Amino acid sequence: MSKTIEATNVNVYYGKFLAVEGVSMHIAKNAVTAFIGPSGCGKTTFIRSLNRMIETIPGGRVEGRIEMNGVNILDEEVDPVAVRRDVGMVFQRPNPFPTMSIFENVVAGLKLNGIKSKQVLRDTAEEALRSANLWDEVKDRLDRPGAGLSGGQQQRLCIARAIAVKPDVLLMDEPCSALDPISTLAIEDLIMNLKREYTVVIVTHNMQQASRVSDTTAFFTLSAVGEPGHLIEMGTTEKIFSTPTEKATEDYITGRFG
Amino acid sequence: MSTTAQQRNSPESPSSLTPVTGRRRLVDRMMRVVVFCAFLLAIIPLVWVLWITISRGISLVITPEWWTTSMRNVGPNDYGGGAAAAIQGTLMQAGIATLIAVPVGVLAGIYLVEYHDKPFVKPASFMTDVLTGIPSIVSGLFIYALFITTLGFNRMGLLVSLALALLMVPVVVRGTEEMLRIVPNELREASYALGVSRYKTITKVVLPTAMSGIITTIMLGIARIMGETAPLLILVGYTASLNPNPFQGEQAALPLMINVERGNPLPPGQERAWAAALTLILIVMLLNIGARFISRFSGIKR
Amino acid sequence: MSTTTDQDPDDVLLRQTGRTGDRVIGFLASGSGILVIATVVAVGVFLLWQAIPSILADQVPFLTSREWNVQNPDDLRFGILDLAWTTILSSVMAMVIAVPIAIGIAIFITQYAPRQIAKPIASLVDLLAAVPSIVYGLWGIQVFAPAMKPFGDWLSETVGWFPLFAPGLTSPGTVYSIGLVLAIMILPIITAISREVYDQTPLLHKEAALALGATKWEMVRTTVLPFGRPGVISASMLGLGRALGETMAVVIILSKPAPGSEFNPSIFAGGETFASKIANNAAEFDSPEKTGAYIAAGLVLFVMTFIVNAIARSIIAKRKDFTE
Repeated sequence: MSKTIEATNVNVYYGKFLAVEGVSMHIAKNAVTAFIGPSGCGKTTFIRSLNRMIETIPGGRVEGRIEMNGVNILDEEVDPVAVRRDVGMVFQRPNPFPTMSIFENVVAGLKLNGIKSKQVLRDTAEEALRSANLWDEVKDRLDRPGAGLSGGQQQRLCIARAIAVKPDVLLMDEPCSALDPISTLAIEDLIMNLKREYTVVIVTHNMQQASRVSDTTAFFTLSAVGEPGHLIEMGTTEKIFSTPTEKATEDYITGRFG
Repeated sequence: MSTTAQQRNSPESPSSLTPVTGRRRLVDRMMRVVVFCAFLLAIIPLVWVLWITISRGISLVITPEWWTTSMRNVGPNDYGGGAAAAIQGTLMQAGIATLIAVPVGVLAGIYLVEYHDKPFVKPASFMTDVLTGIPSIVSGLFIYALFITTLGFNRMGLLVSLALALLMVPVVVRGTEEMLRIVPNELREASYALGVSRYKTITKVVLPTAMSGIITTIMLGIARIMGETAPLLILVGYTASLNPNPFQGEQAALPLMINVERGNPLPPGQERAWAAALTLILIVMLLNIGARFISRFSGIKR
Repeated sequence: MSTTTDQDPDDVLLRQTGRTGDRVIGFLASGSGILVIATVVAVGVFLLWQAIPSILADQVPFLTSREWNVQNPDDLRFGILDLAWTTILSSVMAMVIAVPIAIGIAIFITQYAPRQIAKPIASLVDLLAAVPSIVYGLWGIQVFAPAMKPFGDWLSETVGWFPLFAPGLTSPGTVYSIGLVLAIMILPIITAISREVYDQTPLLHKEAALALGATKWEMVRTTVLPFGRPGVISASMLGLGRALGETMAVVIILSKPAPGSEFNPSIFAGGETFASKIANNAAEFDSPEKTGAYIAAGLVLFVMTFIVNAIARSIIAKRKDFTE
């Protein structure tokens, strides 16, 4: 189920503006890869190219190759909707659908794909909620609105929703930045468990979080405002945080920059 | 898990991505067409109305006589005559209505926003909403009941202006309110911090910033009331001649002229009816487009 | 405030900072606010005052009679049943047609149309509201209704067994025709408000749907439409209010039924609405009793539009509390 990702020379444009340039990287399966770097350096832009969400913005365009288990998802023949079906995303701010109950939220993706059987839906929902460490807290109120939960619970609901469709890859765009420290820890534990079944890519502003949670880390930065973002260095988390090769990386890690 | 594996291994999928079923794609494409058709359904009547009005009314409207002569001494089967009396009447009735409605409306709007802590604000806001929903015929009836039945006045152009003002006030109030709310609070705070009084802040700081938006609203309000016919039917009679006196006698107006001439089955009458309709639409559209222009090129953008 | 006759030095200072100006503007502003309140109250009061004597003198039940004969002030016979039926039937028909189309247009403009043309397109649809109602009436009776008649006739032939579609007039002056024209007239306001509401759908929710692998339509169906529902309902109520009160188009298009004719609930019958009844008889307000009957009809119309608008407003208010 979990897939490797191979990016080759990826450029991301917003209209004429080149936001991210020449990114090539290998993302291992069943592992957590973290993208770190200062604000606006392109890490969010790049992660959104992995599920072709860039294209939902007018003028958004991705060039290059991104292969998942050998299949280039940027190929013209490939339907972006199909890509998003297999690549899940969790956003910075929890966004359960406000007009749906908790149960309806979790199975939203399944229903879209035509799964109607009440039994299958119920079983899948329970499985997903358990994997997201939310089952015990909500099992008695599955029919209540999704928006009635706390921030941390909402985010775990969004994670459950994303994994209910059994994606190959799970993208997380600063999933904890809107949450309190306790919820953050809960989600970090969750992420470490999730990697057993999924390829997880996480964007984070918080270096401590990256070092706690990830196996591999990629450092992005810009040379100046208005310039495109680049991938500067990528390696095992241990190496990046203790003996980085590039000076830019070291400056960022030690807080001298960004 | 099993479903995805099945789909994954199916021979139709070109890649190993889970395919989007043909049915979903079909529905997606279909809905795109459906909503576009909805849009067409709105444009068709618009184009149709304008086309008919222009084609039937243009021949008279482009003549100078149309704009300079009244219908005095013109019989139902005669060609000739013009809309001068009607145009004058409409402009006058709308003009007086505007003179009444604008000060009341703008001041009430100021009251609702700048004096929002005062006691009567909530009921005033509620009542403005009520006024927004009043049908024009009811407005006419009220003015009739008050001025003609109770106070004994006769039918006259001024009463029409009152009824129209009643319809225009809520438009101006809401518009002023909106425009004032758009003005950032920091502007007001800066002014108060400098020791400027409330009224000066309103007149010298807030109003000028909101002014173009307020003017836009007023123009749209005028456009709306110019097209009203119902109050005229109740409150003033129609005459073929010019009558610049709103306090006495019958007065012509474009909607009334349309109403009278449409009842004339002879060709000259029909022609005049459509020409009057075109004239009315021209004035209203000009106001509308002018208002949009003003709002686009000045003032605070949302 | 001190009542000393000496010049209070503070008073001088205060005046120089514009206190009189404050008082004047404050007075004018609150005066206008109060004037608005007083006017609405006056409308209600005067309509009631003039209507009640006639209602009391009514020889037949006001709410349920179909008769309308007010020529003889000593024998007033007027009832609003027919008026109510025609008014409601035509307005509901207009809503049933206009609301789905308005939703479609609003979705098209906010979700599908390219950004650059979305605004001009929206303005174009708004122009429908700029056409005066008397022009809609003129165009309606001379051009539009005759053009729509063949479809109406076909409808009446096919499903005429159902009372709503039973055959009625041979002329185009039917509820069917005015219903269509009313739909066109209320379309812009429903569309404008629906547009605003759909535009405010939080991007976050739309992205959540897309990220799950929804097609564009599926995204609209699961996020935009539910989000906008209260606003659209409110907009529809406002459109309904507008249709209820519409006068001139009805006067021109809808044929008056012959007095004493049988009740035909079909949309292919003629009729009069509250508004058109009043307008059609405006020349005959000669006696107070007679006028009072028409004012009573106007009062009912006022109450109806008031209720409908109040419902619309309460929905918006509830939504505001929820999102703020």
